[in-house]
Amino acid sequence: MTPDNKPKNWFSALAHPGKFMRWSRYFIWPLIILTAISFAIGLWFALFNSPPDYQMGETVRIMYIHVPNAWLSQMVYSIMAISAIGSLVWRHPLADVAMKAAAPLGAAFTAMALFTGSLWGRPAWGTYWEWDGRMTSTLVLFLIYLGLIALWNTFSDQSKGARIIAVFTLVGAINIPIIKFSVDWWNGLHQPSIIKADGLSMPAELYTPLLIMTLAFTLLFFTLHLINMRTEVLRRRANSLERQHVIASSGGASTSLDVTNTDLDNKGGDND
Amino acid sequence: MIEFEAGIIFIIASYVGVALVLSLLIGWVWLNSNKQKARLVDLEKRGIHRRSKKNNPDKTEQTL
Amino acid sequence: MRVFLIVRIFMIVIGRDLQLAIKNGGTTVTLLIFYLSIGVIMPIAIGPDKEMLAGLAPAIIWVGALLSTLLGLDRLFVSDHEDGTLLSLHHANISMASIALAKIIAHWLITALPLILITPLLAIMLFMEMPVFLATMSALLLGTPALTALGAIGAAVAVTLKRGGVVAPILILPLAIPVLIFGVSAANNFAANMVSSSATLFLAALSLLTIAFSPFAISLALKAAQE
Repeated sequence: MTPDNKPKNWFSALAHPGKFMRWSRYFIWPLIILTAISFAIGLWFALFNSPPDYQMGETVRIMYIHVPNAWLSQMVYSIMAISAIGSLVWRHPLADVAMKAAAPLGAAFTAMALFTGSLWGRPAWGTYWEWDGRMTSTLVLFLIYLGLIALWNTFSDQSKGARIIAVFTLVGAINIPIIKFSVDWWNGLHQPSIIKADGLSMPAELYTPLLIMTLAFTLLFFTLHLINMRTEVLRRRANSLERQHVIASSGGASTSLDVTNTDLDNKGGDND
Repeated sequence: MIEFEAGIIFIIASYVGVALVLSLLIGWVWLNSNKQKARLVDLEKRGIHRRSKKNNPDKTEQTL
Repeated sequence: MRVFLIVRIFMIVIGRDLQLAIKNGGTTVTLLIFYLSIGVIMPIAIGPDKEMLAGLAPAIIWVGALLSTLLGLDRLFVSDHEDGTLLSLHHANISMASIALAKIIAHWLITALPLILITPLLAIMLFMEMPVFLATMSALLLGTPALTALGAIGAAVAVTLKRGGVVAPILILPLAIPVLIFGVSAANNFAANMVSSSATLFLAALSLLTIAFSPFAISLALKAAQE
């Protein structure tokens, strides 16, 4: 993308990496503050201002951190899948960046979902783990996240790799509906969906902390994702500058290289 | 108030664990960001600029 | 007329892969030895209890089939990528997806079919009874196409990577887990009820779905790799 490209519509205008860097910085601190406030309110509700559950007792408080993480693990993957489509169909450079920035976050949320779920299962239902449909497919989701992170680390050509990784992200996306519906297909420890068509099957006092904590975690994801995306854009910039410098200083290579936003073979660039 | 019962250890463990993982995650995101900014500052010092900057010497790089 | 052209090129691709496999017979033999070794190692590790082994046998065979499939993925695309065959296949008269399907079929014939044919040997080592054995054989026939198709996706994704042979199995393992679950379940249920269970249907569905969709994913990945 040369600086002379006029954006064709508002979408390209927003999504040009340089412009993205300029407008996104104004969102960071507001997001951080909103996230902190939501967590403060959510934790107050979750730990102090809500009653224990009729059946589960105090352990229901684990639900307030388990469900947000579980929900986020799927939502983050969905965002990655949509970015993957953007990467494959429109070759959008920011789509690649969004995909890569989301993967470690999604992996962390999935790991926390598995961890809190296990600790919730032991006191509430007697077992740390069960190979039922939802737990197994969530574990599979975690492995897919790890595989994607490994792929990002293995490709030296990040823009070519991004397309291939996008294909794999979409292949793995089949797992998301499996997670959602596995609760209905297999009978295991998980109860069927809490939100049914005819309304909530959970009392309002328990629903409030759940909702606020879910909001808090979601805001946390958006904050971290935005920062990570900006970091990734900076990393690509640094890599291409280093590459340009190496070529120029080794003398004889053409100086008319357009290396503004592509990230070709890293020679001494950092590729974590 | 929270009453003490057998499940309390699991509740504490899960909240502490999540807090730990979240701090590690936030820490990594923040450190990674600083690392890349430092690289760009370093490149700037060594006099390597973006081509667009050469064309627009007045335009400053706005990053957080 | 175009249909005949497609079928002809299809057959040529399959035929070429088969010929190459027969010439380099060593790789298939290695996979077979690996598969047999699993059948040897598991009883040694688990212990000589015949009933336990017989009960675990479908699972052991399925794990063996999965691991052997993963092992054999390396030769699916890498050598073609290295000698430029993939590049010329891109310019063939039929779509890359059709070529991918041809390669999947060829790979199943070269890798999965020999495994299935020597499964009787494992059945003996694991003290399988006839109904369970027959059920496992049919489950393998139904399910190994899914393993091959998924494996091919992993191989395509990893084709440009230097240590791609190690990365592809890691990518495929999570996706192959449902096949494993339904495969073992189908083998056990069929033997118990003598009637196909829902697991068998799921297994067949997985194979059909993966065979139908993997060629497109593979062609996308290979095209991206070729840029």
